[in-house]
Amino acid sequence: MTKSALVIGGGIAGIQASLDLADRDIHVYLVEKDPTIGGIMCRLDKTFPTNDCSACILSPKMADCNGHPNIDVLTYHEVQKVEGEAGNFKVTVLKKARYVNPKECTGCGDCMAKCPVKNIPDKYEFGLTNRKAIYIPHAQAVPRVAVIDSTVCMKLTKDKCGNCFKACGKGAIHYDDKDELITLDVGSIIAATGFKVWDANVATEYGYGRFQNVVTAIEYERIMCASGPHRGHIVCPSNGEAPKKIAYIQCCGSRSQKKGWKKYCSSVCCMYATKQAMITKEHGDVQEDIFFMDIRSYGKEFEAYIERGQKEYGINMHRGARVSNIEEDPVTKKLIINYTDDKNDGVSEEFDMAVLSIGLTPPDGAEEFAKTLGIELNEYGFCKTTVFHPLETTRPGIFVTGAFAAPKDIPTSVAEACGSSAKAGAWIVGKDFEPCAPKVYPAEKDVEGKEPRVGVWVCHCGINIGSVVDVPAVAEYAKTLPGVVMSTESQYACAQDCLEAISKAIQENDLNRVVVASCTPRTHEPLFREACRNGGLNKYLFNMANIRDQCSWIHMHAHEEATAKAKDLLRMAIAKACLLEPLEGSEIPVTQAAAVIGGGITGMNAALDIAAQGYPVHIVEREKELGGFARNFNFKEDGVAVADYLADLIKKVNDEKLITVHTGVTVKDIPGFKGNFELQLSDGTKAPIGAVLFAVGAAQYQPTEYNYGKDAKVVTQIDLEKKIEDGSFNGKDVAFISCIGSRNDKVHYCSRVCCASMLRNAIKIKMKDPTANVTIIHKDIRTYGYREELYLKACQAGVRFFRYPVENELPAYDGNVVKAYDATLGEELEVPVDTLVLATGIAPLREEKEELAKMVKVPISKDGFYFEAHQKLRPVDFATEGVYVAGAAHWPKFMDECIAQASGAASRMLTVISKSKYVSEGIVATSNPARCDGCGVCVGCCDYNAISLVEQPNGAFKSFVNAGLCKGCGSCVASCPAGAMEQRGFRNKQICAEIDACLDFPVGGQ
Amino acid sequence: MADFEPRIVTFCCNWCSYAGADGAGVARLQMPTNFRIIRTMCSARVDPEFVLRAFSKGADGVMVLGCHPADCHYIGGNYRARRRIALLRMILEQYGFDPKRLKLEWVSASEGEKFQTTVVNFVETIKELGPTPLKKEAN
Repeated sequence: MTKSALVIGGGIAGIQASLDLADRDIHVYLVEKDPTIGGIMCRLDKTFPTNDCSACILSPKMADCNGHPNIDVLTYHEVQKVEGEAGNFKVTVLKKARYVNPKECTGCGDCMAKCPVKNIPDKYEFGLTNRKAIYIPHAQAVPRVAVIDSTVCMKLTKDKCGNCFKACGKGAIHYDDKDELITLDVGSIIAATGFKVWDANVATEYGYGRFQNVVTAIEYERIMCASGPHRGHIVCPSNGEAPKKIAYIQCCGSRSQKKGWKKYCSSVCCMYATKQAMITKEHGDVQEDIFFMDIRSYGKEFEAYIERGQKEYGINMHRGARVSNIEEDPVTKKLIINYTDDKNDGVSEEFDMAVLSIGLTPPDGAEEFAKTLGIELNEYGFCKTTVFHPLETTRPGIFVTGAFAAPKDIPTSVAEACGSSAKAGAWIVGKDFEPCAPKVYPAEKDVEGKEPRVGVWVCHCGINIGSVVDVPAVAEYAKTLPGVVMSTESQYACAQDCLEAISKAIQENDLNRVVVASCTPRTHEPLFREACRNGGLNKYLFNMANIRDQCSWIHMHAHEEATAKAKDLLRMAIAKACLLEPLEGSEIPVTQAAAVIGGGITGMNAALDIAAQGYPVHIVEREKELGGFARNFNFKEDGVAVADYLADLIKKVNDEKLITVHTGVTVKDIPGFKGNFELQLSDGTKAPIGAVLFAVGAAQYQPTEYNYGKDAKVVTQIDLEKKIEDGSFNGKDVAFISCIGSRNDKVHYCSRVCCASMLRNAIKIKMKDPTANVTIIHKDIRTYGYREELYLKACQAGVRFFRYPVENELPAYDGNVVKAYDATLGEELEVPVDTLVLATGIAPLREEKEELAKMVKVPISKDGFYFEAHQKLRPVDFATEGVYVAGAAHWPKFMDECIAQASGAASRMLTVISKSKYVSEGIVATSNPARCDGCGVCVGCCDYNAISLVEQPNGAFKSFVNAGLCKGCGSCVASCPAGAMEQRGFRNKQICAEIDACLDFPVGGQ
Repeated sequence: MADFEPRIVTFCCNWCSYAGADGAGVARLQMPTNFRIIRTMCSARVDPEFVLRAFSKGADGVMVLGCHPADCHYIGGNYRARRRIALLRMILEQYGFDPKRLKLEWVSASEGEKFQTTVVNFVETIKELGPTPLKKEAN
């Protein structure tokens, strides 16, 4: 019997892990203890560093998860017992009484209106507002079903009331509902229970809970959010007025030895505080100050984000300024913030509001949960993992992903979620494995020859569209357009309730076209197309008007013009929609094999994960041996030497029969497309593959600073590690200088890994010789997460730290003495050295990346690393399907992060190659033989050899398009002199209809 | 001419420039509202007929935005677009249109800022050129 997989926790990590498994036809139980999935991410306003709306990018995934035929979403369920072993777990799950039947509830909210029990602090809003005893967690809850809080419901506690039962037109309320135990048979388990925010009440010096205008960052996130308690208007809690001055206090609950505080760095707060400050500026003119020790912008394009916040948005950054305490003016309720400025003077400054950047802690009940699962926690109370096995818990068959293992940001959680699903899948895909049956959709309605009946939905997107564009006016306007039979507004068109409404309206209003005016089709078209299919409408009869990304967001201060533009865009979309026709994709066979370019730690791990599920993999390494940059490492992680781990990994790769290793060769070309690439190597090897991973890594920055290479005293960290390892190091006066080849005029980004290795080496030197003078000269120390331990340890060992201003030149060095300005002391110091260690950054190897990039048409970021499809939610995918990225090729990262991301990329590749075929896009070119006169211009136009001239019985030639090879660019269509060639979905008459709809009317349509 | 608001039709390819336009939105880069985007899968899908139709219907300017040379999602579509636009500009000139009214530009998926400056500059150019000659004749 085929086992399912169990995913515990319905936040972004759990959702992604479930989707990846389900997309490989593995059945998944997704268990969530709350009544809705979405976790913390669905309560955030925006996300860094793209400032994408959190709900906008998460909602499609939530809806995907809920609608996925292979996923059973079990909300309001809790895992109670795990018996058995890897491959064969028996899991007991408590189904908590909801008192509302999800099948009957329509999420209308009539019950809530009649509930007499008020004033229950709303957990979803972090207590900022109250809810009733019966409630739907929030507007985008998935599933959108009410639940009764049995601890406060008057009917359930005192047998009085019963209003909700009377109010419910569907009879969905059942007071006799009972808790139930159910048993699930699963092959493997993924723990994705996330984190909890730190309890700010512990920080008594900041007055949280006593001073009204001190709020936590997560509360502030709700205050900013359009769906939050103030509908997106930022106000001071004390008087409801817009604040003029806001202070952000960093490291609240993190990086401290104080009782109740956490020693580690919470990894995300610097970025989210900057994001909050930037978004706040967009709400109105506010003075904003961020107080921090170090700014930790170590992630992809984070440094540029902070710089933008400072320079473009005018946010005041107070470096090295830990706020000692906050006082409140009892009359005005304003806050007095006491801190030390960069001249070491004590300053008291008045602010209207203070936002505490609270850290991340293990989730509630983590210890009990760990006991239930039989897994161990680490010293901080998070799930225990190791550097070389970052996704594995201490119990085989149980994996971990997301913030339950350590504080981390969303993209890392997503990549890991994919990774854990690759690991978990390996326990399920055995020889008895039977894939889930494909989803059955209602029969598609015949629209042939029928007059268009268009249904229109205009989205507010919270306030993203609604605050700029007059959405009701746009929806009303649509009703006046030809073909439109219904037009309505929606708060969030992508929310489950609206998607269901679309499916329903197709049936009830006999719609044969659907148009949604909201965000971009690049992210949301698949979701609405799915809703159309669920309603029995061919998915190509759907069209979108992009009135957010390309209208409200770029015309924020031009309400009338933006509204007129939105009307125009909608009119154009409807005009095209009226001419759309149903299309079918064709079935494309898939080569069930993969290639990994790069034989380093990332590449080898990805290859092993793919091979573990039974598919052949080619590893291509340009060097003569496997191992990549890690061959230069001379240190241990978790007590294991990197060299030993690497030797073991190489052995595993060489022993794996499904892996073919090609060393000493380069890639010549990778022609083809998703499922059907050909790997062509410099030694003449050609191999068919279905998916390819770029794991080509990066390189150490080669320093030219400080006379490196000529002055024997000047070494890089790699040089130093070699010397320490072979025992030849005997430096007495050692200075490290950070950010060599990072964070300067030429290389703007932070290389992420140098600070931690600098500290590791400094500690090693001090441990071996406590009398050695070790000085670290830095801009910020970026030991995020548990790496903060190194910082503490280095301080305890007596390593000296000088912080020089970020904008300063590098410290001077005359061959014997380094002159460094220390911002804490406010003066220049002279440090004699016999060893000067350069903490060199990571260089992207842009040229080599570009060569590969051109073969499959993928972009390179401005810093020279590969640019993924979406920075937040598709961290290892490229926009080009079938091509993926992981490891340092994506961004500098530590080994554990590379290994986790490698598994993530493997999972994404498995979603392609684990099926023998897929259905292609329907928007291919087609030739009309009646018009074609066989000139052959189109044949020369096609870069994919999809068009051929076929001789007819009468000797004439007609062009013929191979739909499997056609990529749907439409180049041949524009070239056809006879008007015989057409592109489905982008026919000439459809595009002309858009042009006419644009220009035949005055602006705004009136 | 101070209150002349040009009407501009913009063709964006799905993979680079349309994504770049979205990127401008995500980054909240502000720009004039004068343009309307029509999405095609590739800049090579932009049939010369579309451009001429837009001008004949009274567009003051037309932009065709595609992937950078060598970056085309469809291998070489943007090169074809480049050749077609060059020819089109010659034809437009013969019919009394300033060829500056038709602009071809490369905007990648990560270039929100370039999208913004392209729009800002083109709106400026068209404002300087004034309304389409078709409208001038009508007056």
